[in-house]
Amino acid sequence: METEFTPIASLVGGALIGFSAVLLMALHGKIAGMTAIVAGVLPPVSSDWGWRAAFLVGAMLAPAAIVALGGGVPFAVPVSTVALIAGGIIVGVGVTYGSGCTSGHGVCGIARLSPRSIVATVVFMATTFATVYIVRNVIGG
Amino acid sequence: MNRVVSALVIGAIFGTGIAISGMGNPAKVLNFFDIAGTWDPSLLLVMASALAVTAIGYRVVFAARPKPVCAATYDLPTNRRIDLPLLAGSSVFGIGWGMTGFCPGGAIPVLALGNAETPIFVAAMVTGIIIARTLRQRAAQLAAA
Repeated sequence: METEFTPIASLVGGALIGFSAVLLMALHGKIAGMTAIVAGVLPPVSSDWGWRAAFLVGAMLAPAAIVALGGGVPFAVPVSTVALIAGGIIVGVGVTYGSGCTSGHGVCGIARLSPRSIVATVVFMATTFATVYIVRNVIGG
Repeated sequence: MNRVVSALVIGAIFGTGIAISGMGNPAKVLNFFDIAGTWDPSLLLVMASALAVTAIGYRVVFAARPKPVCAATYDLPTNRRIDLPLLAGSSVFGIGWGMTGFCPGGAIPVLALGNAETPIFVAAMVTGIIIARTLRQRAAQLAAA
């Protein structure tokens, strides 16, 4: 399935992701890492779960509001339900042991020049490239 | 400003960024990783832009204020060890990201768009987080005993 190259939208969207990370640090002193934010509202919940829950609600409301106001949020999932379930469990296990994901390591951690985050991001980008190659060219080819 | 209200607004900015950038669209994310096929380089610009704003913004914030507006201290990770859990966990995360096109930050914002796929992925991801947390706690208890 082809998708259109969207340089302006992707630059603007990326800047907003970065702006939210800077605001969360400036106001709350927290890293905008989705892994830790989600983990903090799962039982046993973190003692400061309130801001995390509010962040998650805000993150979910914004795209829904864009759609409600007549905007489009392109979305397509070109994988099977079995892949979604297996891949979802694998993502959950991986980000827990790896202490972060694309937002925490890839954006906030690299922005701080954290060696752990730089290594983590190189590693998960490499295995993602390899997995997509195998799925699309070895298994699917 | 109230901490919950400000976190809600910051979350909404994050969600808007995910929606506009295409990071919440698995088809687009997977195409970034398919250089030999239907390559879409957009994700590179999302990451570069987010990283540039965050790197500059953090420096400005840390230089301008000794502590955050609504909290006592900046809560920054202090662990600097490149250890096995970091390497293995990150490797495993990439496999799941490549299988689905969903990462945690990309999936949560598109959870309320009414499609069937995101809730399935998020439920599986939450299950994986709970399983891994339980295993890590057991291992820590055994190591301490």
